[in-house]
Order: sequence, then C-alpha cells, then structure tokens
Amino acid sequence: PTYSLKVNGRTYQADVEADTPLLWVLRDHLGLTGTKYGCGIAPCGACTVHLDDNAVRACVLPVAAVGTKIVTTIEGLSANGDHPVQKAWNETDVAQCGYCQAGQIMSAAALLKKNPAPTEDQIYTAMNGNICRCGTYHRIREAIVLASSKMK
Amino acid sequence: METNRPNRREFLKIAATTSGGLLLGFHWNDSSACAMEVLSNGDAIALADIPFNSYLSIAPDGIVTIFSPNPELGQNIKTSFPMIVAEELDADWSKVKVVQAALDTKKFERQLTGGSGAIPHSWERLRKAGATARHMLVEAAAKRLGLPAAAMTTGNGFVIHAETGRKLGYGELATEASSIPVPAEVKLKAIRDFKLIGTPVPNVDNLPMITGKPLYGIDFYREGMLHAMIQRPQAFGMKLKSVDSAAAKSMPGIVDVVTFKNNVAVVGKSTWQVSKARKALKIEYEREGNIESSPDHDKIFLDLLNGNEGVTVKRKDGDVDVAFANAAKVVTREYQCPFLPHNPMEPMNFFAHVREDGVELIGPTQTPDMARNETAKLLGLAPDKITLELTRLGGGFGRRLKADYVLEAAELSSIIKAPVKVIWTREDDMGGGSYRPAVRYRFSAALDAQGKLIGYRLRGVGINAGNTTREDNFPSGAVDNLLIETVEYKSPITTGAWRAPITNFLAFAEQSFLDEVAFEAKADPVKFRLELLEKAKQSPVGAIKYDIARMKGVIELAAEKSGWGTRKNVAQGFSVYFSHRSYVAQVADIEVKNGKPVLQKIH
Repeated sequence: PTYSLKVNGRTYQADVEADTPLLWVLRDHLGLTGTKYGCGIAPCGACTVHLDDNAVRACVLPVAAVGTKIVTTIEGLSANGDHPVQKAWNETDVAQCGYCQAGQIMSAAALLKKNPAPTEDQIYTAMNGNICRCGTYHRIREAIVLASSKMK
Repeated sequence: METNRPNRREFLKIAATTSGGLLLGFHWNDSSACAMEVLSNGDAIALADIPFNSYLSIAPDGIVTIFSPNPELGQNIKTSFPMIVAEELDADWSKVKVVQAALDTKKFERQLTGGSGAIPHSWERLRKAGATARHMLVEAAAKRLGLPAAAMTTGNGFVIHAETGRKLGYGELATEASSIPVPAEVKLKAIRDFKLIGTPVPNVDNLPMITGKPLYGIDFYREGMLHAMIQRPQAFGMKLKSVDSAAAKSMPGIVDVVTFKNNVAVVGKSTWQVSKARKALKIEYEREGNIESSPDHDKIFLDLLNGNEGVTVKRKDGDVDVAFANAAKVVTREYQCPFLPHNPMEPMNFFAHVREDGVELIGPTQTPDMARNETAKLLGLAPDKITLELTRLGGGFGRRLKADYVLEAAELSSIIKAPVKVIWTREDDMGGGSYRPAVRYRFSAALDAQGKLIGYRLRGVGINAGNTTREDNFPSGAVDNLLIETVEYKSPITTGAWRAPITNFLAFAEQSFLDEVAFEAKADPVKFRLELLEKAKQSPVGAIKYDIARMKGVIELAAEKSGWGTRKNVAQGFSVYFSHRSYVAQVADIEVKNGKPVLQKIH
C-alpha cells in the first residue's frame, strides 16, 4: 500500500509493505540515511526520531502506525545544523565514531523540548536508552547541559 | 557522480507527489554534495586544484585540500592527520578541506587502522608533506618578488616578507609553486613552534555527523543497487546441508536466493524485504566438527590450568618452587574473560560491484589493502583491477580488521552479476562475527612473613589467543622468583583482535590481583606497587619493557589526584598499566550500599 508521510516539513508517499519499519522507509525509500540502524529491536536508540514531539524508535515502528503524525529526523531538526542541541554537540566535540549521535541528539532534543532545564538525574533517565559504543557519555551529558543553557 | 539515493526513478516518483521541484533540486544537490565529501577521491577535487603531493593540493582561491588516507572509526585520524600536514604548511585551518582518500598503495603507506600505530608511522611523512609544499610556496614567492627566500616567513596561509610587509596568499602562488623542484630535504618546525598541534581542533566531520549526512558504509546507496542479507550457520562447527528457498523467493521484492560456501544469501530490492524473506528460508545444517559449549570451555580452562599439556614458558626468573615452599602465605586468584563480540554500532556491511572489467568495493574497513588483496585472490584477479573507497566507520574495535564481510559482498556480486550491499543484522554480528579470545588466568603470589612478594606465578589459558601474557611487563623485574606461562587451546570459534588485544583484560586481572595480594599482605596497594618498582630499580631481575620512572610517576599522580587513602566511607581500588606506549593509572571509588559494592567514580 501507499503511505503518505509527513517528514521534516514535507509530504512523501512511499509504496511499501505495512509492516515495514519507519527506519527502513526513511533509509531505503526516502533516502534519509541520517537515522541509523543499530539493533532493530529498540534498545540501542540509534534510530531515534520524533513522532510529533516524542522520541520514538523508528526500527520498531511500522509505517502503518505512523498515520498523520509528524515525523522529524536528524535531517529535519534544523535547517543548517543550528538547533541548540546540534550546536552544543559541535562545541563539545561529542562524537567519536559518530554513528549513534543522530539518535543521541534526537533523544536530547525531545527531552529539552519538554524540559528545557533538566536535572542530572532527568538527563540520565532520558538518555538511558541510547547506547554509545565509543563511550562518549560524559560529553553527551555535558553537551545537553550546554544546550539547555543555550535555550534559556 | 555518486548519489546517495537508492533508486533514482523511485525517488523521482516519490518526490513528484510532494511539494515539487524545489524539494527535488534541494535534495539532489544536497545529496550529491554529501556523497562527494564522503566518497571522494579524484572526483571531489575541483579541476583548478593544483596537486603538490599525495597529501595535499591547493586551489587558486586558497583552499587547501588535505587527503586523509587512513580509515576513520572514531579515533579522529581524519582530523589529526591533516592537522599535522597543515601545521608544517602553516595553512589557515579555516581554509582546509579534508578529503578521505581511497585506497592507493602507490600514494600512501600503511593505510590501515589498527595497532595504535598510525601517528607513530606517519608523523614524519605528514610533516614532510606539509613542509615540502611550504618550501615550494616560499620559493615561488621569492621568485615572484625578486627577494631571497631566506627573508620570507609563512603564517596562516601566506608567505610574508616582514621587512617590506608584503604578503602573498598560498592560492595565488599555487600554480608557480607547483613547478618549483621538489626539495630532497626540508627543515621541519621545532615542536615549540607548533601553532595548531596541541590546540583543541574540532572533528572535521562534526557538521555532517550532527546533521545526519551519509558518511558511513551503510549509508551508501546507488541506483540499481541490490540489498542482501546472508544466513550463516547458527553454530561454529556446522555446515550447510540443504536449502529450501521457494517461500523466500516468492516474497515481494526478492530478486534471488543464492548459496555459496556455508552462506545462503537473500537478494532483493530493500533491506526490510530481504530481512523478512531470510526468515522464510528453510535450511538444514549438519555437523562438520565439534560444537563447543560454554561448560566445555570452562572444563578446558581448568584442565589446562591444572595440567602440563601444551604449556609454553614465557618467562622464568629464580626458582618459584622454592619461593612458594618457603612462603609464609600464598595468595591464589583466578580471573576469566568470556568471548566478547566487538559490537560496533554500525553493523557489518559492504558494497561490491564485480563487473567484467573490474571490481568496485565501497564501505567500512580498517584494512582496505588486505580486503582488496583477499578479494583479488578470491576472484582470481589482479589487485589493480579492484578499487576500494573508504567510508567513515561506525566503530571498529578490531572487528573490521577482518575482511570476511567484504569477501562475502564481492563473492555475492560476482555470482549475481549486480551491484549489491550486504548488511548484517545485530543478531548476525553477535552470533557469528569474530570475538575476543576467551581467557582464564591463575595468579599466585608467595609472601614472606613481612608481607614481601618473594614469588609470583601466572598461567594464562586462552582459546585461540596465542600468548595470553605480557611477560616482560610489570611486575616482572620486581620479583626474584617468577614464572609466566601460557597455554593455547584451538577452537573453531572465530576470534580476532579486540581493542588492545590481550592487555585489555590482562590489565584488569593482574591489577585486581595485585590489590588482593596487597590486602593479604596488609599493605597499602599504592605503597605495595611503589616498593615493587623500587626493587626493580635497585636490584632488577631480568629484562623489562616498561619505564620504571614513568610508571612510578603515573602512580603517584593518580594517587594524589584521587585523594588516595583520604576518603571516608569509600573503598578504593588501584591499577596501573603500560600498554601501547602509554602509562595509565586508575583509582576506583567503591561504596557499599545495602551490602552491595557500588562503583562511585573512576579517577
């Protein structure tokens, strides 16, 4: 069937099977490869996107379940990479291999949208589902605090 | 030119139904630019660029393009290599464009990531590449101005004649400079004159990484490319017996199901379709050899720790038997490390296109040269018929030193005669990749009545580990009677290097043991180690491979910075280790909460 998807302020049509995860629609069919495949079963967080304002795992979200909700991916978080979280990531030089960072940024952006001044514990809880194999966690937390200060 | 789109026609179809041409234009430009940055060799270089050497070219507008030849997997080589070139060139870093070079053994040496050896190997080469171009630019400026080259200095992308205040940009000199004879010898900067090295320079891929640009092998798409997943045997020691692929083949999007070696490859038009069809395969396997279980391995470990079979003595000082017979106290501990997958966040993947006239390989590998050579051997081709383009790697940790997943893609492409990207799922990676060898260590210490270490024994048993020890490392040299042995057991389980091979776990085991020995000797663990080092300095036993003064320095510094021995209600553990040219000490603060130890902080 053909699905009409609102992604990053555009409307796309994708002719895919109903159980196709949003992740693979984005990557294989819409050419939006910023959203990463890491585990395919949700716990690693590399595929995190926003559905309306909520951080969700695109690898376990069937395209048929997206409906009219608005999808935002890393490519659509800002026009020029200047979302406060992206700026903070750049200034803090967070990334090592970088593969998980799109998911980390999307989780952080969703957190800060709901709670612009999170406590250390709230950051820890919100980011708990995003794995970084390189171990950049310290800088991720540092960057979130910096992004929070930029949003004030 | 490459695009990052899976299928141009399909994309056009999708795009045509959306907000129209503007989107199309935007996306195509955008994606082309990205693909160029990511997968560029010659194509990315503007025609006007003037090449100076393998590492750099300069455009008339002053943009310096620096090629970074080594695979980037998060160690930041794509930033640090160009920094070294730019330092000696005195380039303006804001005008430096970094390009990942493709595999080119004529231009570059040791184009691999592994063994912590890239900077030590290339340090001087990179500096000379920059210094040579700088020399040529200075000569060109001197010629143009009719002034002696010796009177010129350089800085921030300019040749400067301080006396007259005249300045010429590298861009405007590039053409003339490129025809200056390449000097045989160049003078390198004094380290104290470094301006860029030693400053915090942001990762050159920050912007593409934080905006989700296609950088990684898994992000590579090309029109007409097929997707594949491979079903491999579910246990080591199994081989393929029969395949019923009828159901899989009839599923939507599936192009073919192909069997080679022990692999059943499902080839199709999208990742999700091939992953679904793979689950519909009906495959029978049969035993090819022994199938080992974890209890089997536990038994092997104990047998080889207790027995005499296959034991290699790596180091023997004094007489340990006598020392242990005379000991007031003997402390024995064992430490075991299981097989560990590397688990880079980006699962294994590679693109291959085997054509009549040559082979194209694109993707993430730590060893591009080896991958090409093995592919050449597999396909019976000369290596120069194969090109290999490097993408950024979403982690490696040693897993991508192996070329197995490159060869699979190449073999599959040669069978189906089509461009194909093979990707592994996380389950594939966990269940059938290569692992850190499993090891078990038994350490014994003989203490005299004063708690002094008079004897030390270590036997390591490793499954496919080679030498499980580092026999000339601390505390060797500090103990009069010492015996270090290793035993290897060969298993069909695939294993490989895993981040600082062997030492990663040996450091934990050995240093945990020394803390336990210090505890048993009623000694302070820091003092205990410092006394051993003092002994190694005053009356050394045999040869050692570590620097006593540096190790002592790092111990003292870590003890000071962590507030060693001064913290209330906190238990502290100490460790110090020398590996890969580095000395590292750590202090762990442990608090007991509800009867359980909880790690508070690592200093």
